[in-house]
Amino acid sequence: MIADILTVALKEIKELPYLRRDKSRTNLFTLLIFVGVFGIFLPLQTGKEWVSSPLNLLYWAWLPFMLVGTTMVDAFAGERERHTLETLLASRLSDRAILFGKILAGIIYGLAMTLMCILLGLVTVNVAFGRDGLLFFPLAIGLGILAVVLLISTLASGLGVLVSLRAGSVRQAQQTFTIAYFVLFIPLMVIPMLPEAVMQPVLQFLMQTDFTTIAIGAGVIVALLDVALILAALARFRRARLILD
Amino acid sequence: MNPYAIRTSSLRRDFGPIHAVDDLSLEIAAGTVFGFLGPNGAGKTTTIRLLLGLLEPTGGRAEVLGFDTRAQADSIREKSGALLEYNGLYERMTAEDNLEFYGRVWHMSKADRQARIHGLLTDMGLWERRQEAVGTWSRGMKQKLAVARTLLHRPALIFMDEPTAGLDPVAAAALRDDLTALAAREGVTIFLTSHNLAEAEKLCQHVGVINKGRLLAIGTLDELRAHNEAPRVEITGNGFSEAILSNLRSRPEVRGVAAGDGKLTIELRAGVPTAPLVRLLVTSGAEVEEVRKSKASLEELFLTLLEEEAETPGVSKMPGV
Repeated sequence: MIADILTVALKEIKELPYLRRDKSRTNLFTLLIFVGVFGIFLPLQTGKEWVSSPLNLLYWAWLPFMLVGTTMVDAFAGERERHTLETLLASRLSDRAILFGKILAGIIYGLAMTLMCILLGLVTVNVAFGRDGLLFFPLAIGLGILAVVLLISTLASGLGVLVSLRAGSVRQAQQTFTIAYFVLFIPLMVIPMLPEAVMQPVLQFLMQTDFTTIAIGAGVIVALLDVALILAALARFRRARLILD
Repeated sequence: MNPYAIRTSSLRRDFGPIHAVDDLSLEIAAGTVFGFLGPNGAGKTTTIRLLLGLLEPTGGRAEVLGFDTRAQADSIREKSGALLEYNGLYERMTAEDNLEFYGRVWHMSKADRQARIHGLLTDMGLWERRQEAVGTWSRGMKQKLAVARTLLHRPALIFMDEPTAGLDPVAAAALRDDLTALAAREGVTIFLTSHNLAEAEKLCQHVGVINKGRLLAIGTLDELRAHNEAPRVEITGNGFSEAILSNLRSRPEVRGVAAGDGKLTIELRAGVPTAPLVRLLVTSGAEVEEVRKSKASLEELFLTLLEEEAETPGVSKMPGV
């Protein structure tokens, strides 16, 4: 089972944008733009706070979500569109091996791409602002970032696969995922715009509560969402339905 | 050892009011190439999906390689290979990566995988291009690669759904030769669907004819011919006068007569000897240069079966159905 999951994950990774072994210039160019924006431009704009501000956890939540989610919607809908799904389903692979393999590929993709940006960002910040000594994340923030990237990559991968299972085409899957994105992230963007009367008690609560407690609470909620999405995808995975849809 | 690779009994699959497969009973011996023939929408692809356990039957049962399709579909898929309606290749990956992936799927050891990939790609004439993305290949090359993928793990049974569909005649002939050679060498059972009757005639030892989900006939080509054949004699010569033609038409063993351009075609009833008719022609004053008995082609058999089905739906005139 584990070997089958890894086999599917490896195949998925070979097909993912930036990682697949084609020699297209477009692929390389978009990779350079992506790394340039998140590993060089934004750290230069943010300055030393790029490593010290806990608010950056939100930033590291958004990046893998968008990156993994928009890629993983292709998982089943794309295979169906490219007529590779039925051959895969006619193989000896179990339902779980196919499903978990695809989700694992999304997680690995999110971790790899985000960590690449983080490492490049650290180099950028140190070269630009590190005259007084090495700039690095405080331990709590560093561990927090790793946890956030892992949990959010799993969330996006699970959601992307679930959406992809239900969608008739990649385009439909992308549209559904965009709606899910707004449902999840719009509230975070709207909070700062709320009237002061509403914001005051919220801010008071946040000021009084330990940051670690908030982070752990949010992490537990995301982890529960991860499990719920994976269970929903497992329940949805039916070979006959995937072929006939 | 189970003598049958596939056995179905009253197998049925409905999609709403449509009977995609209706009361299908088949017995396919292990080690044979079986052609499942029918027009588009006859139920061929649905039958393959049922036999692979990808779809649940609405009724009846099927056993493939001794495994029940409802309860042991995983075991069937483990021992089978499938080249379905589409080639199923990952076009953004290289040919080698495609085979490597499916070799891993079937838990082949690294050494076996590498040797097998090398052997199959060499046989198919694709070894030199193994590092190219499949998306850049011609349709014929892709289809060959898909055949290689299907044979990779040495399955006991191979399902092939229209394997030469969409190929140009040269590529189709080459692929047919490859298939024949590989099937003979690997000794596997092949379940092949097609609406290309000439192809089936070249490849298959046994055929079944399906239309609107119902099996119309099953057997070897000779068995089908023996039952369904309207023997035909083509006679080249001259002097085929109207009097001779009407004399022939009046004989009970003759079903039809057509003449033109020094050629006389006589359609006979089954089992009738031709020598008395030739003697009749000669004694009536016709000059006979050549007499040739012809067999009905599979296409003619197929069309006859479809006509019979259209005239009396659900009533088979064939043995074994």
